Amino acid sequence: MAPQSGTEKPMFGYGSISCKAKSRWSWTLVGLRLLAFLATAAAAVVMLLNKQTKTFVIATVGTTPVNLTLTAKFQHTPAFVFFVVANGLASIHNLLMVMVDLFGSKVDYKGLRFAMIAILDMLNVALVSGGANAAAFMAELGKNGNSYARWDKICDRFGRFCDRGGGALIASFVALALMLIISVISIVKVLKSNK
Amino acid sequence: MVKTRRIITTLLRLLALGATLSATVVMVTSHDSADVLNLKFSAKYTNSPTFKFYVIAEAIATGYSLIVLFLSSKSLVWRLIVILDVVIAMLLTSSISAALAIAQIGKKGNSHAGWLPICGQVPKFCDHVTGALIAGFVAAIVYLVLNLYSLHAVLSPLFPVKP
Repeated sequence: MAPQSGTEKPMFGYGSISCKAKSRWSWTLVGLRLLAFLATAAAAVVMLLNKQTKTFVIATVGTTPVNLTLTAKFQHTPAFVFFVVANGLASIHNLLMVMVDLFGSKVDYKGLRFAMIAILDMLNVALVSGGANAAAFMAELGKNGNSYARWDKICDRFGRFCDRGGGALIASFVALALMLIISVISIVKVLKSNK
Repeated sequence: MVKTRRIITTLLRLLALGATLSATVVMVTSHDSADVLNLKFSAKYTNSPTFKFYVIAEAIATGYSLIVLFLSSKSLVWRLIVILDVVIAMLLTSSISAALAIAQIGKKGNSHAGWLPICGQVPKFCDHVTGALIAGFVAAIVYLVLNLYSLHAVLSPLFPVKP
């Protein structure tokens, strides 16, 4: 296929695909990556700032009530800590990939560009899926408790904490779906360019 | 060259098949009961939705590995297999991390939420679950290695696309 000026970027070491398809695909990919970056960053930030303090009256001595102040923070649960770390790392990865797609056409990748992008995308999909699922099941445990293990649910007392955690989880699952699509597109690009 | 690649991927898939199968079986056969203060305290994997999801996910991965192992020389579906491998690796990592999170609470409890650890009362159940989780962890790592190897082998200009 004859290369046209302007839209084609030379692929080091591999064949070339059609230019119109490349610019349409690459802009879709950049848009998806931006969305995934926003979703993972939102999930990480919302869970990071997730905190609720509540004061309970547990007894009354004479006329003065005895108060007990309990705080629910995300650090109390290792699953949520892993969730924040995983989403933070994934958002950094997505930002880096957006930069590479937009500004990285002058850097010499020695023919490894698509390989590194596909491999890194795959690793980050695994990371985000691990974090999101661990936090999802932990949240399910907090919402329903577990009668067999005599574990009480905590969402009836710390409603705002649970709501914010649920919002962060939804954002992370949306990001997971987007990143899976992005990873599949990257792998298809690699497979096509190796024909 | 192509044969080496086939042998390595088949070996990795066999390893993953063994690991997922053992994870499923060990988790399904884990149960223990204890009598604490006249209350019968029985622990099975069905008590927790996380462990049920773990068993289902590992069973799906086992079935998938089995099917792909017997899919040998048809070369039309190999690109789909590479993509499905990524999806299955994601499924395995998510199931193992969710089960690890819940098992960590079972072992150490969570003092902030008032959740007591249960491993003291049902030690056999805890040991079984630990074994299943180790097998699942090995399966996730093997599938990640398999994915990396598939991508590397596809990218090298010495190998054709069809393995």
